[in-house]
Amino acid sequence: MTAAVAAARRIPVPLVVGVGLVILMACLPLLNISVPGVLPTPTYQPGTLALLSLAMIFAALALSYNMLLGTAGMLSFGHALYFGAGAYGLGIGLENLGVPLWPGVFVALIGGLVIALVTGAVSMRVSGIPFAMVTLAFAQAGSVLVRRNSSVTGGEEGLSLNTAGVPDWLVGVVNTRNLYWATLAVLLVVYLVSVWVDRSRLGHLARATRENELRVRVLGLEPSRARLLVFVIAALCASLVGVAYMLLQSGTVPRSVSADLTITVLVIVVLGGVGYRWGAIVGGVVYTILDQRLTVLAGSDMIESLPSVLRVPLSEPLFILGALFILVVMFLPGGIAGTVDSWMSRRRAGSAHGDAEMSDDAPAGRIEGAEQVLETAGQEARS
Amino acid sequence: MSTLVLVLLTGIGLGALYFLVASGLSLIYGLMHVLNFAHGAFLTLGAFMGFEVARRLDSTSWWAFAVSILVGGLVGAGVAALTELALIRPLYERHIEQVLVTVGLAFAAVALYEGIWGSDPIYIQAPAWMRETTGVLGAQVPNTYWVLMAAATALLISLVVFLRYTRFGTIIRAGVENRAMVTALGIDVRTAFLLVFAIGGSAAGVGGVLAAHYTGYVSAHLGSTLLIFAFIVTVIGGLGSLPGAAIASVMVAVLQQFANYYLGGTGDIIVVVALAGVLLVRPSGLLGRRFA
Amino acid sequence: MSTILEVEGLHASINGQQVVEDVSFTVPATGITAVLGRNGVGKTSTLRAILGLIDRGGEVRLAGERIDGLRTHRIVRKGVGYVPEDREVFGSLTVEENLQLAVRQRQPRRELVDALFPDLVQRRRQMAGTLSGGQQQMVSLARALINDNRLLLVDEPTKGLAPLIVDQVADALEEASATVPILLVEQNLEVVRRLATDAIVISGGRVVHTGRAADILGDEELTHRLLGVGVAPATGGAR
Ligand SMILES: Nc1ncnc2c1ncn2[C@@H]1O[C@H](COP(=O)(O)OP(=O)(O)OP(=O)(O)O)[C@@H](O)[C@H]1O
Ligand SMILES: [Mg+2]
Repeated sequence: MTAAVAAARRIPVPLVVGVGLVILMACLPLLNISVPGVLPTPTYQPGTLALLSLAMIFAALALSYNMLLGTAGMLSFGHALYFGAGAYGLGIGLENLGVPLWPGVFVALIGGLVIALVTGAVSMRVSGIPFAMVTLAFAQAGSVLVRRNSSVTGGEEGLSLNTAGVPDWLVGVVNTRNLYWATLAVLLVVYLVSVWVDRSRLGHLARATRENELRVRVLGLEPSRARLLVFVIAALCASLVGVAYMLLQSGTVPRSVSADLTITVLVIVVLGGVGYRWGAIVGGVVYTILDQRLTVLAGSDMIESLPSVLRVPLSEPLFILGALFILVVMFLPGGIAGTVDSWMSRRRAGSAHGDAEMSDDAPAGRIEGAEQVLETAGQEARS
Repeated sequence: MSTLVLVLLTGIGLGALYFLVASGLSLIYGLMHVLNFAHGAFLTLGAFMGFEVARRLDSTSWWAFAVSILVGGLVGAGVAALTELALIRPLYERHIEQVLVTVGLAFAAVALYEGIWGSDPIYIQAPAWMRETTGVLGAQVPNTYWVLMAAATALLISLVVFLRYTRFGTIIRAGVENRAMVTALGIDVRTAFLLVFAIGGSAAGVGGVLAAHYTGYVSAHLGSTLLIFAFIVTVIGGLGSLPGAAIASVMVAVLQQFANYYLGGTGDIIVVVALAGVLLVRPSGLLGRRFA
Repeated sequence: MSTILEVEGLHASINGQQVVEDVSFTVPATGITAVLGRNGVGKTSTLRAILGLIDRGGEVRLAGERIDGLRTHRIVRKGVGYVPEDREVFGSLTVEENLQLAVRQRQPRRELVDALFPDLVQRRRQMAGTLSGGQQQMVSLARALINDNRLLLVDEPTKGLAPLIVDQVADALEEASATVPILLVEQNLEVVRRLATDAIVISGGRVVHTGRAADILGDEELTHRLLGVGVAPATGGAR
């Protein structure tokens, strides 16, 4: 083996790919690339930049959710609460406290943190399926609060961003490029946090508790503390993404606190592959573009001309996504990333004896991991 | 005094509605450890089908009402049984995936309902008596609430009788306790799964028709909100416990009505606070066994 | 001698963890075959694997017919009775309901069960969860004996019972063994000595010894090495 190859080997391939991708993404607003049928406009125009920004929002939110489900094996139905806390926190901070942007962001994150700590600590009194139900209830309460208190949150109408305190370079369609870069930065931050959590002692502990809570207890560690910490970090990331969303959209609606949004994120993570960071990102992008395309398709003449048995379902993007989701869960258990991953490792196993352990993004835990948590909870319930 | 009675009785009526949804959820969870997110979709479908039938008959007549209840129950049972066979059974014992497919189903179903019936509420008609009120101790209680109470009581009684005095009921009770041992006695527990899904679905379907009369309209989202309260009720009552679900349904709804009336419409929030309180004090719920 | 059960290369796992490595043995069509081994070697898991209660592979034949691909309830319906470790009675059901649930044939063997466990007769309507440990064990045995089976799998029926009850359980098993072969996991060597004709010893998820029960228990060095028991005649409370 030559020295050059050895040196190249020391830099992991995914890192090279990742850095390359980030650079490419960062350059997109400066390039004129058209992908007809996928992107609405050339890449330097606001239409596509806004769509890609939204995709990155979903990707980042999915990454934060993957910390819960993929790393810690917690099935939460309340993740939107923290996203909404970020979005509404920023909006309320700027509107009612009259603070400039950065203190406003700080207020929003602190708000998300406090809500996550309180609801997380209570929800973690139970685990498995009951945990899912309780997180859902909290998110619902948040959604009700947002809808009710229209004097603060704008109620059903939603809350629009008071741009008085926001620097000019982040306001308006002309600055979509800057917002795009800001969103890319947020995605990068969430990604790095996610890597850090997965590799840290905390992540190991969370994974260990997922697989065998008893063993961790025996080791003298406090599993619930580790899980709560992962929960809060994931929530904080979601709040950050919510802040970015608020800036990007110059406003937010109650849907950003709703169970619907959590379920959307869940769909993205499962579609991408639970436990795979790059899966969450791919899932976010695929979902956003699919959602947009399906909406366009729904209004198209082709669909209009179909008999109603086909027309009605096909003109509902959410129906198609829901059905797709069911199919993925039933027939593609690892999602996109899991399927690619097992296909690659099969190929690698086939092509002689390469060293298998090269992926930076080794699955932080398949869905089976979470499965065990539920099983354990179930067995305990029976005893 | 009369307001107190009114708030109390409407609370009990609302609790009856919660129980129609929560009983099925609780049974399904108890036996199969499946959290059925599609339960709300069963309810909504029951409501729509009941509405469609009633509107083709004379929707202000009692007989149309009775038929719509029947249809709601049958449709709920049918779609629930199909769900069990097609989506739940192939994922046997894979609980997370089972939750996920029901999530997907709920997602898809609501979109489909919107496609068929539109996203605006459709106001429905009812027998004249159901629009009237009956005076109790000075309180004028809308008659819908009595119907709800009667339906929930009938459901509770028939479930108890079924569970206590039939072989399938015994299998279900045994299965809630220890599924593996039931199969080790030579019983195909999957039949019980199917049955539990069908029973829960039919209760939800009937609940859907009644919920439509309670709110005065049907809409694609009818089931979603009710489902969340039903989740709260099952957790508070203790997952898998039928009496727990019954008690918690009434408690939660009464609390909610009182908070709505006396604490400025804070019912929904109070309910979640109550949930948090119960979890802190008794994570397994009022009548549940230990599960965490 | 004819065999009722043949197990070949049986392996099983729980949550992806191998708990039965590679087990092969046969059970003769008459008498009691004891399964011996230290705690945690996989005796219970072997029985559960035969019944399909845990993920398993390998070949299992009941009276020559493959049953390793069947689901648990089908295997049981082929005539396999199971008395699990720790009884596993349904505590929220009455004694009568527990028995009713187990009945698989038109004419259940009521008289036999009533004769073996007179204690239970008056307790028909009592919740099984409120019974004493010994009474629960009787319910568990009765659930298996109420049908005409071709084979019984019985897992530590004397675990945690007082000597008098141990004798009663042993009597019941002895009487049952006159009509049905039994595969018996048992730690109480006194009971094994009394009941078992054959024995197999499991260690580390594998069968390490098979033979006549009396021969194995008579060999002090062997029992010490394989079972970790001191002087052979163990008393009832030696566990
Ligand atoms: N649910 C489970 N999860 C993980 N490991 C298990 C589980 N059940 C059993 N095991 C492991 O499988 C191995 C065999 O267990 P098994 O119960 O079969 O042993 P045994 O021989 O019956 O022991 P004993 O004499 O104590 O009853 C043990 O190491 C045990 O820890
Ligand atoms: Mg054992």
